[in-house]
Parts: sequence; structure tokens; C-alpha cells
Amino acid sequence: MSSPTTTYYVPESSRWPIIASIALFLMALGAAGTINALESDGQGVSHWLLIAGALLMIWVVFRWFAGVIRESQLGLYSDQIDRSFRWGMSWFIFSEVMFFAAFFGALFYVRNFAVPWLGGEGDKAIANQLWQGFSAQWPLMQTPDMERFPGPQEVISPWGIPLLNTVLLLSSSVTLTIAHKSLKLGDRDRVQTWLGVTILLGLCFLGFQIEEYIVAYTELGLTLQAGIYGATFFILTGFHGAHVTLGTVMLIIIFIRVLKGHFSADNHFGFEAVSWYWHFVDVVWVGLFLFVYIL
Amino acid sequence: MSSTQAMTSHHATPPSGLMRWLLTTNHKDIGTLYLIFSLTMFFAGGTMALVIRAELFQPGLQFVQPEFFNQMTTMHGLIMVFGAVMPAFVGLANWMVPMMIGAPDMALPRMNNWSFWILPFAFSLMFMTLFMEGGAPNFGWTFYAPLSTTYAPPSVTYFIFAVHMMGISSIMGAINIIATILNLRAPGMRMMDMPLFVWTWLITAFLLIAAMPVLAGVVTMMLMDIHFGTSFFDAAGGGDPVLFQHVFWFFGHPEVYIMILPAFGIVSQIIPTFARKRLFGYTSMVWATSSIALLSFIVWAHHMFTVGLPLVGELFFMFSTMLIAVPTGVKVFNWVATMFRGSMTFETPMLFSLAFVVLFTIGGFSGLMLAIAPADFQYHDTYFVVAHFHYVLVPGAVFSIMAAVYYWLPKWTGRYYDETMGKWHFWLSFIGVNLTFFPMHFIGLAGMPRRIPDYALQFADFNMVASVGAFMFGLSQLLFIYNIVQCVREGDPADKRVWEGSQGLEWSLPSPAPYHSFSEPPDTKVALLLTKGGR
Repeated sequence: MSSPTTTYYVPESSRWPIIASIALFLMALGAAGTINALESDGQGVSHWLLIAGALLMIWVVFRWFAGVIRESQLGLYSDQIDRSFRWGMSWFIFSEVMFFAAFFGALFYVRNFAVPWLGGEGDKAIANQLWQGFSAQWPLMQTPDMERFPGPQEVISPWGIPLLNTVLLLSSSVTLTIAHKSLKLGDRDRVQTWLGVTILLGLCFLGFQIEEYIVAYTELGLTLQAGIYGATFFILTGFHGAHVTLGTVMLIIIFIRVLKGHFSADNHFGFEAVSWYWHFVDVVWVGLFLFVYIL
Repeated sequence: MSSTQAMTSHHATPPSGLMRWLLTTNHKDIGTLYLIFSLTMFFAGGTMALVIRAELFQPGLQFVQPEFFNQMTTMHGLIMVFGAVMPAFVGLANWMVPMMIGAPDMALPRMNNWSFWILPFAFSLMFMTLFMEGGAPNFGWTFYAPLSTTYAPPSVTYFIFAVHMMGISSIMGAINIIATILNLRAPGMRMMDMPLFVWTWLITAFLLIAAMPVLAGVVTMMLMDIHFGTSFFDAAGGGDPVLFQHVFWFFGHPEVYIMILPAFGIVSQIIPTFARKRLFGYTSMVWATSSIALLSFIVWAHHMFTVGLPLVGELFFMFSTMLIAVPTGVKVFNWVATMFRGSMTFETPMLFSLAFVVLFTIGGFSGLMLAIAPADFQYHDTYFVVAHFHYVLVPGAVFSIMAAVYYWLPKWTGRYYDETMGKWHFWLSFIGVNLTFFPMHFIGLAGMPRRIPDYALQFADFNMVASVGAFMFGLSQLLFIYNIVQCVREGDPADKRVWEGSQGLEWSLPSPAPYHSFSEPPDTKVALLLTKGGR
């Protein structure tokens, strides 16, 4: 589709954004109310708002994307619009990088400054007077106040499930690239095979991650309440896991779209956007494996 | 049926009535929505400011309880930052960027609608907290932990989700602007041909995409600490309340440039027009803007000098902060050099821009004073800080927005505003703003702490002056509304060019500009000629 840009196209007015805003509002209202109700015993309607908002959002996203796919297949999109989508997805991924950067930054700060200072080291050693006798260590097994934040008995060894998960996720990036190459060659059978393998690898990763969480909670005492090690561990791996989940859903949708024959060898931005996202999630995992598990 | 989204004729008429505004994908409609929303929030946040100033008119407690006073300072700050200033700039970008670069619309028009319509819902959530048990957020707009975690009212959860929604809106808005600028420029328009307003917005959009996710991260950690037992900001579990400040200000400092870079762009458009000269030092302006943006990521801890940073941290953040004065100085000198020996006239947009240059510079200098760590130990958390950031935000950002509205209003509506009334609005605002904020320097240096509803007797005189000025400034904004309404309803018809000295692609369109700005790419040579002139 390489039509020279002689005139511009602008979509007609659309009802999806406003419905999506309402859905987001219901989700936010419902989530806040539900979370606030956790501490009290009161049964409100908040969780229903949350569910309604989420369902509405799923429906909107589905219909909105369907409309975009239809427009694309009608050949309404010029190369220029394709580039706009690419810029959009790239900058969205950059915003995700910054989101994770906030949590990685928190981890680095805690490890390099906050915990050593609490243990009496360096410029702010006076912080040790708060909890005399506290000694800094990482992973932080003994928190300053063991009653409020009982530290973990043990942390996850990097060389078990995490190593396996690293192999799984790195391989999934390779298989996805093979699928992409096959798509460019127009070999749809191979696309299906390798995309299917990628999805399976993603699901395996998630399965092992859940297993790891169960072990952490039931056997190791590694919980959200286990002091700063547990907090940083779960927020980083948790948000990563959420992103892998979303990525897997996206891969499944792409898989269905491959079956439906949506993609051609030279027009498959939807496929590429998902694969960019998947590679991004993969890179974040490498950071996690290094800084959360090994070091 | 709109779900088919058929992109048929681009001259199709929009749906009428309310549905036009709810469903629109048009950059001008969405720009208008942003600007009206921003003006509404400006009055809401302004009313809260007047509650604060009424209470501070005299020492002692007059009108409100300290608890409510705290809610007012918090909500005033949040509403002005996220509800008034940021959406106003996004609205101006929506209106002007496609017109300035010769594009038909924004790159992603449906997402553009979504970015806007999230905002009214986000602020509904925010305003709802005022009526909740325990009251609205009361911990200051910077929501430092543990005030915002351990000691927060239950409404903090709603606040957190409202901030998430604003973040989503800002990020999508920024992605749209960046994609538009990078991808939809008229054929032949290179990056270094772009008008400065477009340049500053490109860089602002980058800052937004980099900073807003960090804000999302920090409120998420708050949520986890409050409700799920983590200890990010609690030293008892090995965390650190200071960590909150680091992450918050890593967002917060780029955020203050998000609120001033587009202002630089606006002023760089207006001053050449009314000086009838090309902008002096276009290239250095672009580099200065980029430098300011990059430096904004390595200066955050200058907000935290008194929290007990290691010495090396104090020094690093002090010097890196002072470094920002260099590119900022480049800009101020360039504006002055643009006016040097120009044929200047003083219409309302120019008056606001001139006031911007002078008063923003005052704010910049007080910022330099605050950047000196040992001196900041004295100024920290006093009214000097309040004076400083209000000088850069009110006669800085807000004045630039007003200048932009007066400057482009004839292009938007096809009608001129009443120049005399515009000048009244300017002078009353100018006097009001200085009466309000200039005395705060003195009471701040004398030691009056910020965010406290009562004060010692020796601060009474200056506080009274500030309160009078605040009401004067606030009430004179009614003139702003009057001017806009009068312009829309009965202004004299405006021609294409609007201003004698105006240069740039937006002035090649009729006034009012057609519903879709450029349905065909404008002629390359004309585009280049016009934009180059517009520098």
C-alpha cells in the first residue's frame, strides 16, 4: 500500500472514546471503593462498578480495534497513517519503560542508600539510632521492626524457576521472531506454528511464576508484608507478570487474526506492534533476573 | 453508523448538538474542549485560592478550620497543575500544531478524543473526595509520605486513581502530539523549519511520556503501602519516606518544565509578530529548550535539600540546577534581542508576553536563589518558595496561555476581541498578580511558613496586601470571560492574516479556520517561506 500522499484522511467522529472514558471512570471508582472496603466489612456496590467498567472496557477495546482493522482492510490507510501507528506504539512502549524505571529506581535506592543508612553506614548513619542493633543486609531477611514487617525466612533462588523462566521467555522472543520472518515470507503455516509455540512458552512462564508466588507465600514467608525485599520483589515481578499476561492475550488475538488471514507479507502492523511489546516484556525480565534475583 | 468509521469525505459535517462534542475527532473541537475545561478548572482552583487568601487576610482563624485549609491548598495545587495549566497547553497544541505544520488534523484523532474525555471524569473523581468521610486529600499537592500514606484520609484511594486517569490522559495526549509533529509535517518542512511553539511542544511531549509513568509508579507504591502492607515508604520495613520524595520529584521536576516549555514557545511566536522582526536565535532557542528538558531529569533533589541528602548529593543537585539558568538565560536574551530595534506595538497578546518575559525572569532568579543549597536551608518551606513558583506559574505559564488566547482567538473565531477590554484585563491582572505574589518574597524571607492557616503578627501587613491582590486578580479574570464571549458573539470580522506582522502557516488559512485545517498538503515552497518568516 504505497499510495502517494495527495490528500489526507481523517476518521469520522467515533463513539468509542467516550464510552471508553466512562468505562475507565467506572473502573477507577470501583477499584478505589473496593480497595477501601477491604479494611472495613461493609459490602458496597464498588466491586460491581469495577466489574462493569472492566467488561465495558473490554467490549469497547474489542469493537474499537475491530473498526480499525476493518478500515485497514478496506485500504483506507496510507503509509503515513501506518507511520503514525508506529510512532504511537513506540512511544507507548517508552512510557512503559519509564513506569518500570520508577520501580527499578526504588530498588536501587533502597539497596544502595536506604538500607545501608539504616544499618549505620555512610553519610546518614545516624538513621541507625532509630533501630539500634539493626544490621544492613541484602536480601533483607531481618527488617528493622520484625513485628510489623516480619522478614522472609528465605528468598527465591535465581537458579531454579527464575532461570527456567529466563530460558522460556528468551526462547519465546526467538520463536516470535521466526514467526515474524515467516510472515514476511508469506508462509502462513509456519507463522501459526511458531506463534503457537510463543504463546505456549508465555503460558508456561506464567504458570511457573504462579508456582513461584505460591512457594514464596506458603513456604518462604516472602510476602508483600515481608519488608522492603518483599515489596520490591512483588511490585517488580508482579507488574512484569501482569505485562506478560497482557502480552499473551495480545499474542492469542494475533494468532486468531493470523487464522482469519488478516495479515499479509507487507501489511501486518498489528503483528509487529504485539511483537515489539513482547520483546519489551522480555527485556524487562532480563533486568529483573539480574537485579531482583541474581544480584 | 459511526462504528464503521468510514473515512469518506473529509468535508463531512459533524453531528450536531452535544453529540458533536462527545464524539468529535476534530482537533479544533477537541482543542476547544480542552480550553473550556481548563478555564473551568482555573476558576475552580482559583476559588480555592481565594478561600486560602481570605483566611490569610488577617492572623488568627477567620473562616475555615485548619483541616479544611489543608484540603484547599492541596486541591488548589492539584487542580491548577493538572486541571488548568496542562490541559490549556494541550488544548493550544490541539488547535495550533496541525495548523502550524500544515496537517489535516492530529495523527490519531480518535485517541485524541479519548485523551480529553478522560479528564472530566478524572476530576469528577477528584472533586468527589471533598464530600467523602474524612474530607479531601489534605497532604499538599506534593503528597509526601507518610502524610499521604499512614496519616491520609480514606479518600486518598480515590485520589490515587484520579491521578492514574490524569496520567493516562496526559500520556496519550503527548503520544498524539509527538506522532503528529514527527509524521504529519507538510512535505518539505524539516525539523529546523518548525515554528518554535511546535518545537517546544515536541520536547514537552517527550517530557510527559517520560515523567507521567513515574508519577503512576509512585502513587502505585503509595496504594500498596496504604492497603497491601508493603513498606516502600516505611523505614520499619527497610523502606524510606525519602524514597517517596525522590520518585515524586523525578516526576515533579520535569513536570514544572512541562508547564513552562510550551509557554516559551507561545512567547516565541508572539514577540516576533509584534516586534515585526524574525525571532532572534532560532537555532539557539531549539537547543536551549532541549537542554532545559534534558537537565530537568538530573536536578530533582533540589526540592529536597533540607531532607538530609549526603553532601555530594547537595552539591551535585545544586550545580546541575544552576546550570539550567544558562539555557534559560539564552532564551530571555533572545526574546529581548528580537525586540531590539523592532517596530513594536503593544496589543494585548504582546502585553501579556512582555509581562511574561519580565515576571518569569523574576521567578527564574528567585529559583536561582533557591538552588543555592545553603541558602535554601533558610528559604525551604517558606512563602519565598510560594512566591517563586507562583511567579513562574501565574505571570509565567498562565499569562502565556492568556497571551496565546488573545493572539489566536481571531483565527479561531474569525472575529477580533475588544482591544480596550483586553488591555483592561491585562493591566488589572498584571497589578493583581504582583500585589499578590511580590510581598510573599518578603514574608517568606522573614520566615513565614507555607501551608499554615495562621501566622505571627509581624506578617499581617504583607498578607493583607497579598489577599487584596489575589481578589483583584481573581475578579479581573471575569473580564477574560467577558472578552472571549464578546469576541465570539459580536467581534469585528478578522482577516486571514489577523496581525500585521504575523508569519506562519496558520495565517495562510481563512479566519475562522476551516473544520479540517489542510485537506491537502500545503505547497512546499509557500510552507517553507511562511514558517521561516514565522521564526
